Amino acid sequence: MHMADALINPAVGGTMWLVTAGLIAYCARKVKQTMNDRLVPMMGVLGAFIFAAMMINFSIPGTGSSGHLGGGLILTILLGPYAAFLVISSVLVVQAFFFADGGLLALGCNIFNLGFFPAFIAYPFIYRVIARDEYGTLRAWIAAIVAAVVGLQLGAFGVVLETKASGISELPFSAFVLLMQPIHLAIGIVEGLATAAVVAFVAHARPEALFPAQAVVEPRNSMRPVLIGLLIATVIVGGAASWFASTHPDGLEWSIAKVSGKEEVSGTEDNLHKGLGQLQEKTAFLPDYGFKSTETEAAPAEQTAAEPEQWPTISAGTSVSGIVGGLITLGLTVLIGFALKARRAGV
Amino acid sequence: MGLGQWLEIGRMDELGRLDTPAHRLDARAKVITTIVFIVVVMSFPRYEVSALTPFFLYPFALIALGRIPPGYILRKILLAAPFALVVGMFNPLLDHQVIASVGVWSISGGWLSFASIMLRFVLTVSAALTLIACTGIYRLGAGLERMCMPRVFVVQLLFLYRYLFVIVDEGARMMRSLELRSARPSSLRLRVYGSLVGHLLLRSMARADRVYRAMAARGFDGKIRALHRASFQWTDWAFTGGWTAFFAIARMWNLADALGRILAGGGS
Amino acid sequence: MSHHLVEVRDLHFAYPDGTDALKGVSFRITHGESVALVGANGAGKSTLLLHLNGYLTPTRGEIRIGETPLIRETAAAVRRAVGMVFQDPDDQLFMPTVFEDVAFGPLNAGLPPDEIEHRVVSALERVGMAHLRDRPPYKLSAGEKRAVAIATVLAMAPDVLVMDEPSSHLDPRGRRRLIELLKSFKHTKIIATHDLELVVELCSRVIVLDDGRVVAEGQAVELLNDETLMLAHGLERPHSLRHLHPH
Ligand SMILES: Nc1ncnc2c1ncn2[C@@H]1O[C@H](COP(=O)(O)OP(=O)(O)OP(=O)(O)O)[C@@H](O)[C@H]1O
Ligand SMILES: [Mg+2]
Repeated sequence: MHMADALINPAVGGTMWLVTAGLIAYCARKVKQTMNDRLVPMMGVLGAFIFAAMMINFSIPGTGSSGHLGGGLILTILLGPYAAFLVISSVLVVQAFFFADGGLLALGCNIFNLGFFPAFIAYPFIYRVIARDEYGTLRAWIAAIVAAVVGLQLGAFGVVLETKASGISELPFSAFVLLMQPIHLAIGIVEGLATAAVVAFVAHARPEALFPAQAVVEPRNSMRPVLIGLLIATVIVGGAASWFASTHPDGLEWSIAKVSGKEEVSGTEDNLHKGLGQLQEKTAFLPDYGFKSTETEAAPAEQTAAEPEQWPTISAGTSVSGIVGGLITLGLTVLIGFALKARRAGV
Repeated sequence: MGLGQWLEIGRMDELGRLDTPAHRLDARAKVITTIVFIVVVMSFPRYEVSALTPFFLYPFALIALGRIPPGYILRKILLAAPFALVVGMFNPLLDHQVIASVGVWSISGGWLSFASIMLRFVLTVSAALTLIACTGIYRLGAGLERMCMPRVFVVQLLFLYRYLFVIVDEGARMMRSLELRSARPSSLRLRVYGSLVGHLLLRSMARADRVYRAMAARGFDGKIRALHRASFQWTDWAFTGGWTAFFAIARMWNLADALGRILAGGGS
Repeated sequence: MSHHLVEVRDLHFAYPDGTDALKGVSFRITHGESVALVGANGAGKSTLLLHLNGYLTPTRGEIRIGETPLIRETAAAVRRAVGMVFQDPDDQLFMPTVFEDVAFGPLNAGLPPDEIEHRVVSALERVGMAHLRDRPPYKLSAGEKRAVAIATVLAMAPDVLVMDEPSSHLDPRGRRRLIELLKSFKHTKIIATHDLELVVELCSRVIVLDDGRVVAEGQAVELLNDETLMLAHGLERPHSLRHLHPH
């Protein structure tokens, strides 16, 4: 689910870049504080391992298809959240540059979606809570599957939000959610199974190999700055960027116009620009949440009937999206609950 | 990921080591210029098509200066295209509003924005690919570090890169030995999978330990020290400044359109 | 202070998983000596070598390098005196170019830039690899890698050279070159190896390890020629010695 540059606007991409850069700086500081010299080569080699593991497939029972390890969760189990976040970032950097898998502008989004959620949400609040310190037991298997699913669901939802906030794709929010979440439910289960199987093997064959990670894991109350970071990121992206995107589909043009004092910088009066006014009306973000409610008015007639736009209002065609959306909301509330609980325990 | 893709990485690695005017530029100059390029390209309104075309000049120039085979870059772009294609394809399906016409044909906004997405996709991806092909990961890493990326991050990124082939090779060897012994090797049962990948993981961890040992034996104390520090030359300033100016101009005026008018005007 | 003396007394070591790898090893190696450490797979050779620069800490026993007892506080100084060449050069060559790899040690030692340059160039010249200085190490042949790995250690100007299986993965010509190269060093050398022909050519003394203990120690030619001893510890009498004492 690597996002491509072509689908996000600079405001969203830039914001996520800043958030991610901040997280990288924070994690790098944490890693340095561990004073564990061994960690740096271990991080690099495990990053390389993830690439190798992606080549090896297993058959998914009862489906006839196959899956492989994704990386985020197992890296966090092995290295702890801070080091793992850096490694996941590097894996994505290499994928972006060498495989053109996800773009540079989208890199911040991709790192956030695929790194932040498994390392700082799924691992501390789900995996550790369920698995405690067990490896290879039923608990641990369930923990891995649930954590992987939640991590990927959040990541996929991140993709939807960021794409939607960018306003480049026409795909309606609900349809996009409907497209992304179920696919990533399946991917999450596969990821969880693969992670649990590998961890179970290592725990059985060489349990001491799993211990170095423990030294790097910190008590959950130190997650507070991270959670605050998440909150800020959400507010910025969800609020400012989407407002930016919806009122000014073209962020830079808007700022150039401000600077140069002209409304229309390019000045050409061709058809493209005439469409712009209408266009600005159209790119509303989450219309039902009141950012802008012009979408249905501006939308051409043939569109309204077929489209499941009124999420979360459940119509016949959108009941599944309603369920998915409801589940996500539920998951988020649970997470916030966990966060608050951890916070209280920490103070 | 197939083995073919790994050979492709090897190719990219070779390209990154060439010595051409494009490679000699400071990594930071190329990184900054590429970022400006991508931001400007992505800042166009969604229906913009023609004004984007002048931006091809930048990747083309780097490809030429850096002596990079264009076919190679093109192939990689095609391989990466599906995601943008799939998401972008919805635009023509959902947006039927006619906003332009060429002769007798009327073009819907959906098709225009779809074309625009694909154009931006090719532009941004080719910029990223040429950046790495003209810089190489090591010079890029050094550049990033000097642009305030934390050193721990850069160092482990370079370690990742260094051991990529070594570990992937180890994985491929394990797969091969498994193939010799099993009937349907393409897909493993979860249990077998766990032990195979687990083995690979243990081997990787042992490798990391040995690498650390070798580093410690040569006085590594947690600090990675840099050897040479290249400085920003006037050519680097000129490169960054020149291209940024070009991007700004191409952003404000539709150069393709202007060219069309001049030609059409001259013709009639 | 001279570091050329290596003394190991009653060394015990167990890995975290409980494997007793060393069970009371003692020996003494003096200035300029060239000593081979031989023994079957799993005898404990690599484990022993890892103690010599403080990478592993003994559960019992003591190590002295020169007059310095090897403890946590002296480990950094000892690492400068004891140069380790590891079994797999890929583990030892982790920097982007050969030059940077060889410079890694001197840089950590805090040497001034021109001294570093000088050391790197002369180390590469000694192993005959000066022409490779700007190549990426992972694209070298096995023999070249080995030579560069040795150069990375030489650049630190160690007093004692410790090598684990230096001739593994080398073709006959590469192996021959390596032997000639090692012959030219005046360092104290400790070489763990299965290559007994190399021992015959390079080493004056042999220590035989079996199951974590020293089971024999003495003149190389004499020991290696003792067929019963060799066979008892999973080794064999080198061909080159056959003409000396035909049984
Ligand atoms: N990291 C480790 N954890 C646990 N046991 C280990 C580890 N490394 C080695 N051992 C065990 O310690 C013993 C000695 O191993 P060592 O590697 O020192 O033998 P060696 O003489 O170097 O063998 P070889 O000739 O195969 O290289 C063996 O029984 C081995 O299984
Ligand atoms: Mg060994």
